[in-house]
Amino acid sequence: MSVFHYYVVAAILFSIGAGGFLLRRNILVMFMSVELMLNAANLCLVAASSSFDLARGSSFALVSIAVAAAEVGVGLAIIIAWFRLRPSVDAGDLQELRG
Amino acid sequence: MEGLIQTIVLAPFVSVALLFLLRRQLPKSAAAVIGCSAVLVPFLCTVAAFFQFDGTPVTATLTQWMTGSVLNVPFAFRLDQLSLTWTLVVTGIGFLIHVYSVGYMHEDPSFTRFFTYLNLFVGSMLCLVLGDSMVLLFLGWEGVGLCSYLLIGFWFDEEENAKAGQKAFVVNRIGDLGFLVAMVLVFKQFGTLNIADVNAMAAAQAATLDPTLVTWIALALFVGCCGKSAQLPLYTWLPDAMAGPTPVSALIHAATMVTAGIYLVARMSIFFAMSPTASTVVAVVGCATAFFAATIGLRQRDIKKVLAYSTVSQLGYMFLALGIGAYTAGVFHVITHAFFKALLFLGAGSVIHALHHEQDAMRMGGLKKYLPITHKTFLIGSLALAGIAPFAGFFSKDKILGAALYSHGLPQLLGVFGLITALLTAFYTFRLYALVFQGEERFGHGTHGHADHGAHGGHGGGHGHDHAKPHESPLTMTFPLMVLAVLAVLGGALSLPHFAHSDLLGKFLEPIFAPAYAVLGAPHEHTVAQEVGAMLVSLVLAIGGAWFGFSKFSEGPGKQAEHSTKGLPFLLENKWFVDEIYNVLVVGPMRALSHLAGFFDRLVVDGLVNGVAGMVRSAGGWIRMMQNGALHTYALLFILGAAYLAIVLL
Repeated sequence: MSVFHYYVVAAILFSIGAGGFLLRRNILVMFMSVELMLNAANLCLVAASSSFDLARGSSFALVSIAVAAAEVGVGLAIIIAWFRLRPSVDAGDLQELRG
Repeated sequence: MEGLIQTIVLAPFVSVALLFLLRRQLPKSAAAVIGCSAVLVPFLCTVAAFFQFDGTPVTATLTQWMTGSVLNVPFAFRLDQLSLTWTLVVTGIGFLIHVYSVGYMHEDPSFTRFFTYLNLFVGSMLCLVLGDSMVLLFLGWEGVGLCSYLLIGFWFDEEENAKAGQKAFVVNRIGDLGFLVAMVLVFKQFGTLNIADVNAMAAAQAATLDPTLVTWIALALFVGCCGKSAQLPLYTWLPDAMAGPTPVSALIHAATMVTAGIYLVARMSIFFAMSPTASTVVAVVGCATAFFAATIGLRQRDIKKVLAYSTVSQLGYMFLALGIGAYTAGVFHVITHAFFKALLFLGAGSVIHALHHEQDAMRMGGLKKYLPITHKTFLIGSLALAGIAPFAGFFSKDKILGAALYSHGLPQLLGVFGLITALLTAFYTFRLYALVFQGEERFGHGTHGHADHGAHGGHGGGHGHDHAKPHESPLTMTFPLMVLAVLAVLGGALSLPHFAHSDLLGKFLEPIFAPAYAVLGAPHEHTVAQEVGAMLVSLVLAIGGAWFGFSKFSEGPGKQAEHSTKGLPFLLENKWFVDEIYNVLVVGPMRALSHLAGFFDRLVVDGLVNGVAGMVRSAGGWIRMMQNGALHTYALLFILGAAYLAIVLL
């Protein structure tokens, strides 16, 4: 099993995430899709790190995971706040910020 | 002494602030008291200063204004013989006219506004007269111009009045340009704008100064004077200025503001003395204006217009005096003219008041029965204006004519024209007097008044306001008339002819004009025979003109009741069509030019500015379509962008 396989899996994961983000309307699912893309990137980083035998990629992945955790906290808070305002999870209803 | 000067200048401005801030709260009586005392206080201070004055000029500095290494202009006011004379006239007559206004304007809803403007005028005029630098003088100069504009258009709800105000403002602007040019030239040459310093330097460098520069300075100053003092060719605003309330005409457009030009020439007399060319221009313009305006005055119907043209004419006399080097005579005529012209205007105001704003002299007549005080004082004013001894105007006019007639060359010719003008003046003055006060009563007929109530006198009903029966004005209006009448009788005593050895004014003003006479040479002394000769000639002409005017019109206007349609009378009645000529030659092209400029402004300048704004707006319109608020659009754009970056970078 070469590093190439890891990249393929990461690419598939990223595509699923991107597709889900673009096509689904449920905001929670969209949020999970974002996480999926994020983790695809992390998988790439870790795979490349071990194949080049360099610690930098792995440590960058660790930072990325920490940031993702913070992002989840903020993101969920926003979604909950919005849900209180308007009991809907449909992203199509979210149009208030039209310029 | 300094305190007195500061009070003189500040009191009117304090009152302006008070009247403006409390304009809604103050009742009319309080506004009248504040407005009048704001002029009475400076007058009393000036009288006190006059008695403390020992011949050395006093400067009082209020505060700094412009400070710098090149130009230093403090708010400093200088009291010397000339400014003291003018301040006495401005505050003294100003106070009387303020009192008169209380009666004249008592029914006006904008009573407080009127006194605010009037006080602002007095303050500006004092700043003009007392300012110790040309900058301060200019500040006052513009201030009085502004007040003139505001007061001419005081009843601005009639478009005619507002237009007259605009005309005065714009015509004065042309003159002000001359003043500014003179100021720049003076500053370039002397490096200071302090009037006393400039005069001293000019006198000291009399031999070395470039005569062309001196002539240009003097001529530029005189352009300013032509605007402010209504001389040819800039006089047209003054007759129109009669649209303002009558006390304004008396104060601003007869007694004080229009003499600012005379003041400026007298103040800077050294420059005119050093430049024979400029002096000749001043004398010729003055004489031409005197004659020209007098001819127009012959056929005017409006009581105030006659007086307005006579003011223009008398101002011409003053410039004639200054131009031929008779400076004291010019200043003397300013003072006597202030007395009798203010009197005549206030008398005219009393007549207009009694007849409910009728100004056409053809619809007056026989008023001596109804307005005894106004009649007597107006007669005294007319005698003084006509130059009949022993009234004030006789002495001052005779001084000017004598100085002109006994010189040589051009001034002598101007003196002859001055004599003819004196004849015309006496004629139109008594034409006006006869039309207004003598003959049969012609008011109450015609378009307004009650045409149906028959006899003039026998209307016994309790109707309050009865158009057919004019009544004498209240004491607030007749009191100033009586004071001014006394002054118009006695004013000549200020400067009696030489043989009487009592030239008070001439002695007082001697230090002011000494530098100018050092350049010109001492004024020519006339023999007693010469003086008496000039007096007799001018007196005969004046009495002849007055008698002719009186006898021709004491029965009524005769043929002049109708508008003339041809010949000289037609030209005179229409003021030589000067306004129409100006409209075609100057106003029309200026209007066309401004229309063109307006067109350019709207099309090109506005087009450019609005075009840029439009472009930005439409670009923004396109870009804001991206900000549609839908999460999926953002996500798609985001991913497309990321994909683009990935393709470019890899």
